[in-house]
Amino acid sequence: MIKTDVIIIGAGPVGLFAVHQLGIKGLKAVVVDNLDKVGGQCIELYPDKPIYDIPAVPECTGEELTKKLMEQIKPFKTEFFLNERVDEVKQDKDNWFVKTSNNKNFIAPNIMIAGGVGSFEPRKLSLKEAEKYEGKSLFYSVKNKEKFKNKNITIFGGGDSALDWALELSKFSKINLVHRRDEFRGAPHTLSEIKKKEKEGKIAIKTPCQLESIEGDENIKSVSIKFDDGKKEKITTDIILSFFGLIMKLGPIAEWGLNMDKKTIEVDSEKFETNKKGIFAVGDICTYPGKLKLILSGFHEVALASVECFKRARPNEKYRFEFTTASKTIQKRLGKND
Amino acid sequence: MAKITYIDQQGNSKTIEVQNGLSVMEGAIQNDIPGIDADCGGSMACATCHVYVEEKWLDKLPKAEDGEIDMIDMAFEPKKNSRLSCQIIVSEELDGLLVTTPEKQS
Repeated sequence: MIKTDVIIIGAGPVGLFAVHQLGIKGLKAVVVDNLDKVGGQCIELYPDKPIYDIPAVPECTGEELTKKLMEQIKPFKTEFFLNERVDEVKQDKDNWFVKTSNNKNFIAPNIMIAGGVGSFEPRKLSLKEAEKYEGKSLFYSVKNKEKFKNKNITIFGGGDSALDWALELSKFSKINLVHRRDEFRGAPHTLSEIKKKEKEGKIAIKTPCQLESIEGDENIKSVSIKFDDGKKEKITTDIILSFFGLIMKLGPIAEWGLNMDKKTIEVDSEKFETNKKGIFAVGDICTYPGKLKLILSGFHEVALASVECFKRARPNEKYRFEFTTASKTIQKRLGKND
Repeated sequence: MAKITYIDQQGNSKTIEVQNGLSVMEGAIQNDIPGIDADCGGSMACATCHVYVEEKWLDKLPKAEDGEIDMIDMAFEPKKNSRLSCQIIVSEELDGLLVTTPEKQS
């Protein structure tokens, strides 16, 4: 059981800046995120796209913003729990108890939900029969390459993940690469490597076509694909890998008893607290009259929410508003005047 | 203003007047049209505002840029007439546009 002042759910820009706003007030936080890296949508959806509306930063990419935020919160030595989704939230008197998908337990007087549109999960195949093979012979990511040796592998998708794994696994398996159109999206070098492997007979490219059905019993035996011209083909397949990107799912958040409006959590616009005392929602996931889904709004929201977090975490201390320019205490917390 | 018609897979149709300059996605969200999620809010980053555009309108729309086509690869059951509704900007010329929402968005 890890005890802390605030459990932050979501390591996007707003979750990261929450660490800062809590940190300068002397509060300890942990951050939990379902992705394997920090940055949230900034990293997962638009790492290279420029953002133009961060105050005093005329232009920066999602990746640069994430890096800068990580640098800004470095003094607080915050612990991150990545690849973990918060599954359970329970009240324990004045505290909140949180359990993750990885069976980690936390307890804190405050939870700050900075969950964006929910957790990122792989987009799954829509075929009904897909479900029963999932995790056995149908995968949405590659965790252990050893499992994929000397097999007939059919890979679906046309982006970086599909191409990279096609190349990697073609070293020791027979690969079919299936995509709905003729063009693939990848680095020029990767694309030329794929062409080379195709000539060598290591990768068979099937385009433009889509998955029709999966055949098999316990395990997958073949997949049937349909080309745009109506032609069909059955491909002997032991393993399917599907790379259709990530989708955002609200997931368990919907079950914590919070007042919701569609996929967002209702908060007041003074403390950004939900209907549960000590649970706050900030950033894209919260809603209140006039809410704008902007990163800069999220920054404002964490500044205010962190004040209430302080009052709950330090009930016997008086909260003092301070400026970073003048406060020796804050500067010390930032490691500036040791 | 242009009248845009949204039809779901069950054939239920809703026609609304959308202001010029708004996207077909925004028209749907502001009028509570089901079947369009728009998780990323219109930044061409999620493919959950995917629609099928009635064939006769396809050529009248500005061509999809590469980023949009790449995202459509990730959409649920993309077809030849798939577009992201966040990238279709409403103008007088689109009066009467008909889009069908897919069975699901993710």
